[in-house]
Amino acid sequence: MRSSDCIIIGAGANSLVAAAVLARAGRKVLVLERLDRVGGTHASAELHPGYRFDTAMTSLGWLPPLLSRQLRLSRHGLNVHWAGMPLLALERDGHSLPLWRDERRTVRSLRMLSVRDAERWPAFCARAARLAGFLRSAYMLPAPQVPNPGLGDAWTLVQLGLKARGLGRMEMLELLRVLPLSVSEWLDEWFESDLLKGALGAGGVQNINLGPQAAGTALGLLHHHVGAALGDIRPVGFVRGGMARLGEALAAAAQAAGATIELNSAVASVLVRSGQAAGVVLANGSEIKAATVVSGLDPKQTLLELVGGDWLEPGFVRRVNNIRGEGIAARVHLALDGLPVFPDVPSGGMDALGRISISPSLEYVERAHDCAKYGRVSNAPVLEAVIPSLSDASLAPAGCHVMSVAVQYTPWHLRAGAWNAERSTALRDNVVALLDAHIPGLRARIQAAVVHTPADFEREFGAPRGNLYHADLTLDQILFMRPIAGWAQYRTPVRGLYMCGPANHPGAGITGVAGYHAARAVLHTKP
Amino acid sequence: MAKRYDAIIVGGGHNGLVAAAYLARAGREVLVLEQRHLVGGATVTEELYPGFKYSVFSYVVSLLRPEIMRDLSLARHGLEILPLESTFTPLPGGDYLLRGPDHAQTHREIYRHSPRDADVYDEYGRLMAQMAMAVRPILGMVPPDPAAPGWRDLQSLAQLGSHVRALGGERFHALAKLMTMSAADFLDEWFECEPLKATMSASGIIGTFLGPRSPGSAYVLLHHYMGEIDGAFRAWGFARGGTGAISSAIASAARSFGAEIRTNAAVQQVITKNGRAMGVVLADGEEIYARVVASSLDPKRTFLKLCAPADLPTEFREAIERFKIRGSSGKVNLSLAALPNFTSLPGMGMHLRGSISISPSMDYLEQAFDDAKYGEFSRHPYMDVLIPSLIDPGMAPPGQHVMSCFVQYAPYNLKGGWTDAQRTAFGDTVVNTLCEYAPNLRENILHRQVLSPADIESVTGLTEGNIFQGELALNQLFFLRPVPGWAQYRTPVRALYQCGSGTHPGGGICGAPGRLAAMEMLRDGL
Amino acid sequence: MLPGTPFHSRTAPLCAAHNWRRWGPCVVAGSYDLHPEREYFAVRTSAALFDVSPLYKYAIRGVDATRLLNRVITRDVSRCRVGQVFYTPWCDAAGKVLDDGTLQRLGESVFRLTCAEPNLQWLYANATGLQVEIEDVSEQVAALSLQGPSARAILQHLCPADLNDLRYFHVMGSQLGSVAVEISRTGYSGDLGYEVWCEAAAAPQLWDLIWEAGMPYGLVPAGILALDVARVEAGLLLLDVDYTSARAAAIEARKSSPYELGLGWAVDLRKENFVGRAALALEQTRPAQWRFVGIEVDWLDVEGLFNAAGLAPQVPTQTLRASVPLYLSDEWVGYASSTVWSPITKRYIGLAHLRAPHFATGTSLQMEVTVEHQRRLASAKVVELPFYDPPRKRS
Repeated sequence: MRSSDCIIIGAGANSLVAAAVLARAGRKVLVLERLDRVGGTHASAELHPGYRFDTAMTSLGWLPPLLSRQLRLSRHGLNVHWAGMPLLALERDGHSLPLWRDERRTVRSLRMLSVRDAERWPAFCARAARLAGFLRSAYMLPAPQVPNPGLGDAWTLVQLGLKARGLGRMEMLELLRVLPLSVSEWLDEWFESDLLKGALGAGGVQNINLGPQAAGTALGLLHHHVGAALGDIRPVGFVRGGMARLGEALAAAAQAAGATIELNSAVASVLVRSGQAAGVVLANGSEIKAATVVSGLDPKQTLLELVGGDWLEPGFVRRVNNIRGEGIAARVHLALDGLPVFPDVPSGGMDALGRISISPSLEYVERAHDCAKYGRVSNAPVLEAVIPSLSDASLAPAGCHVMSVAVQYTPWHLRAGAWNAERSTALRDNVVALLDAHIPGLRARIQAAVVHTPADFEREFGAPRGNLYHADLTLDQILFMRPIAGWAQYRTPVRGLYMCGPANHPGAGITGVAGYHAARAVLHTKP
Repeated sequence: MAKRYDAIIVGGGHNGLVAAAYLARAGREVLVLEQRHLVGGATVTEELYPGFKYSVFSYVVSLLRPEIMRDLSLARHGLEILPLESTFTPLPGGDYLLRGPDHAQTHREIYRHSPRDADVYDEYGRLMAQMAMAVRPILGMVPPDPAAPGWRDLQSLAQLGSHVRALGGERFHALAKLMTMSAADFLDEWFECEPLKATMSASGIIGTFLGPRSPGSAYVLLHHYMGEIDGAFRAWGFARGGTGAISSAIASAARSFGAEIRTNAAVQQVITKNGRAMGVVLADGEEIYARVVASSLDPKRTFLKLCAPADLPTEFREAIERFKIRGSSGKVNLSLAALPNFTSLPGMGMHLRGSISISPSMDYLEQAFDDAKYGEFSRHPYMDVLIPSLIDPGMAPPGQHVMSCFVQYAPYNLKGGWTDAQRTAFGDTVVNTLCEYAPNLRENILHRQVLSPADIESVTGLTEGNIFQGELALNQLFFLRPVPGWAQYRTPVRALYQCGSGTHPGGGICGAPGRLAAMEMLRDGL
Repeated sequence: MLPGTPFHSRTAPLCAAHNWRRWGPCVVAGSYDLHPEREYFAVRTSAALFDVSPLYKYAIRGVDATRLLNRVITRDVSRCRVGQVFYTPWCDAAGKVLDDGTLQRLGESVFRLTCAEPNLQWLYANATGLQVEIEDVSEQVAALSLQGPSARAILQHLCPADLNDLRYFHVMGSQLGSVAVEISRTGYSGDLGYEVWCEAAAAPQLWDLIWEAGMPYGLVPAGILALDVARVEAGLLLLDVDYTSARAAAIEARKSSPYELGLGWAVDLRKENFVGRAALALEQTRPAQWRFVGIEVDWLDVEGLFNAAGLAPQVPTQTLRASVPLYLSDEWVGYASSTVWSPITKRYIGLAHLRAPHFATGTSLQMEVTVEHQRRLASAKVVELPFYDPPRKRS
């Protein structure tokens, strides 16, 4: 029978980081991937001849320097282009508001909208940078065990405490005040322009089944802001050659460190002997032994399907079942035969374009979410589009472009009935109409349109309930409560079985860090 | 020069009166100034129509701290609290959910709706009781300031730390979830029966501008579980003679200790000198001086209306301006010629002697909230209805009844404002909604009093008519209430204190803010 | 009004005492006669008929039924053959007892679980990923318990099969008159006895059949007070009296493990896993902290205490369901949870929980006895359970 030290289930970004870290520490690592490619939701596909799209994750928010340095990702072929204009907010009347990495340029564009908001922008950026900076350091530490910390946890708590003290008294109180705030309240405190608040506010609820008035969504905004330099806002990073290159680079790093990656190997179950992980059984029935199994799948799949109820007590099962995170975002991919006109964008701006936002006010976002509360697709959804071919011509034929639109809210569970072709088409038509109303002439440029609903994500990526992020980033599912209160140390009730997916601390959008912490947890545990 | 008091308490609501009573009990000379002709604030009983007595605003009691009842001998001053027997949720399809004091009967009744929920119901109750016990000591403590801890704060923090550790992992985690989740999500983890979830979640949204799916509402669920009468958890009660009886009893206790209470005495401004409160000016220009001034008004009223801007640091003022006080509910009081007859459970019974909850499903409540979010009152509102005259027959003439309807949502900032026409439409919505379940109600209405949040504000002075003097949101609790750094009842103005529900531990007829504030004043050497 | 059981139309006219007691969701007769003594003696000398319908009953079927039950209960279901009945406790994850009851294996993958408290949600909660159907049949299934030396003879008049073939803790399907039933060789009396299970609709008919067949044998309808005395003599636990379910315990100290309740024999650690196994395996390696034992109170001592007050000795003739402290030279060492005067053995007995190391058989203790408003101590000693164990129980 085959055997290995560590088996890693899935070859998504977190899994590959875990594999690389473990292999570098000298462990014999075997990565088992169900699909015929690595990268998981960091995927690219030629959805229309000649057009290469990032099908699930369309941009990077933060790639921790620690990881790219340790794993030498640039040497393994990773090249990330950070957009100079991370956000372009559109209004129906053709007005638009570009937000730049360069704070002064943003202030200039804001002035057209509101002098007051323009004046406040630098202070807001400074505040956001301070608060996100604290989160950034919290994210680079594993979540401590509370309320009964162990020695390592206590050290983490001390480090966090020192970081918090570094903020100063008022900043710390401000952090405590802001994190549980709703993004609406927080932005209302700062700004008056609906367009600005709408575009920023959409970031607070990205991939979360909440509206901007929900407590804790200010944290959502800061979460996606952790990678930002001062003045930057919710950074947008495009991987040269397509998002799949990220997975390939991570895989190369893991392999360079000695890990083996097996594609087309679906794991059917985790073997458990006397409460201890003993290996895995593949879908073809063959067994592979290993004393350590790390799963990049979400906790429900890992624990309820791969392990099963025989080894988990009902109270724990209930808590796993109660992890919230229904997919509420879809993608519409458009192959364009040319670039439509963005009237307000200054010359040269298009090359810097990051995210195009159709989210004209906080009330707009809130109303979009109202539909989702009752299991309906938003009548007027929030759209966030990217055109990565603007900075990477290799993605589309000359003069042509690929545009990927994130659509929110599109619940995985529709009360009216399951997702089907008819509903997908209706969604596509609605999105195209909405885009066309904001970007004149867009419709005429569309050569092909492909829709990925949460149901498609579930089918193609194994995303649980269609959620690419596995679990919602809400106040009750962060830090020591992610994915489950008391089980935030990447461990599970089955000894030797670990989890490293984005449902773990620090969560999705923080590329690879959960995998990094999980690998460290494995290494810190005596066999 | 006129007499100088030890303390002036601005506002004769229950917290103001409690603070006054405690200070007077400690031998201080105290003057309470109330703008209305009667004390109580939102805790009053008024006989608006001959023979019909309304608990005009607040209508049930559960949170009143037992130590206050004991310390002030409120029973001796006439306070009698009668139990509410049941919670009755009539449903649109002609069914109902009725929970009463008998365990087996309630189990059977829930079983009828969902066998699994029936089993879980007990477990849930035990968890909530444990959670309430876990939080109780926190309610009785002055919040420490974790950002700039002094010696005493460190002690409190250490106390808090060992308290949390003693809870153990499971309870601590449950508490952490309660603090951060929405009532809907929290209840979804336990139950599947819609009317049960909705009725329970309703206590998580009462008095807040949150829907059951808004994160943070689960904590309010607990806040209401913390109620205890005579030391028994979860018991809701009704004061004999209406909630006004509570204020009267506290006022009587305060007077018995020597406190002076003046009604029809609205305070216009706090007099300060060199950043120190010296006294107050009344609306008629009279000046009264005291060593300290404590305001039981809500933070916005206290700092933005009674204080001169120059007396407060800018950041503090801004923080107070940001403090969330959002009026979200209205009140309809009815005089009835006869009892309502519910289609789903006709006739007289236990279901009429408790709380009648119009909360058939989670969606119903959430949709009610959706209306309010965009500035409308709910077309199908959530209601908590009580027939006090069945519990205390003295509330209405023999054979006739009074009915108290707490109605949510009625946003203070109604689109177009609260005009007379809007108020009437609101009252009609309430009556129409009730008539869907008890059609005979309409013909039996003798009198109808409709109170919008704007009315509540104009009568009681509570900003936006919010009975909690500020939302019980995560960022407005404990050491963040009302604003970070000023959660210990003191204010940037020396000798000016806050003692209302806008301070820790918050609203409800609880009295703890008044008591804790009085303790702090005495500690400061008053 | 609380409902009666499916037998109410038959039991109500017989209940001369109007002594109705609550049992779970309904009412049953506490005693039929004005004094329950005759009912008790019927159990030991002829036969008594008890209505035990208020028990909670769950039908569990499906390919994974065995797997589900093996997750839940502490005994190994695969050792329970078709037609066999297991008495078993079940625990929470910390190895503390939630409830106890009997499990009847009616077919290869058809089971019936009976217990004192609702357990539906607990069964569901354990069924993650299993193909199993769990049905609450508490109201659909009625049950009579026929207990006493004549039980077999009475039932044999009605039962086509030879009841001598139905062994202790076994169950079989049968037909009594026109009523389809399951008959199990079980009971809560510690005597020869059977429990008969039928559809609720056929309940009155079943009662009439047994009642008629029992007449010549002096069959007596008996209430739960009589049963409560018999079960203490038999050394059988009662939930909420002798222990608190871990589900209902307000504090940790109120929870008990199967070992502490004398049910260690029903914990099968050879099973790879079940809820609470890890905790129980650990507990088994450590010395016991508590043990569930029988105690006998010294009669002469009791007599002496009462005589000193000028009184004849007074002892509980109905089981006293209250905690009574036990001492060993002034140190509190435990408590008796059920105490009663045993009419057949003429002894003052009790079921008790004792702390280590005071639970060895023969240990002398003192039990608190209230004599004329004053608390006194009477000597008692630890004895083996059960107090009464006639050979016919198993024969």
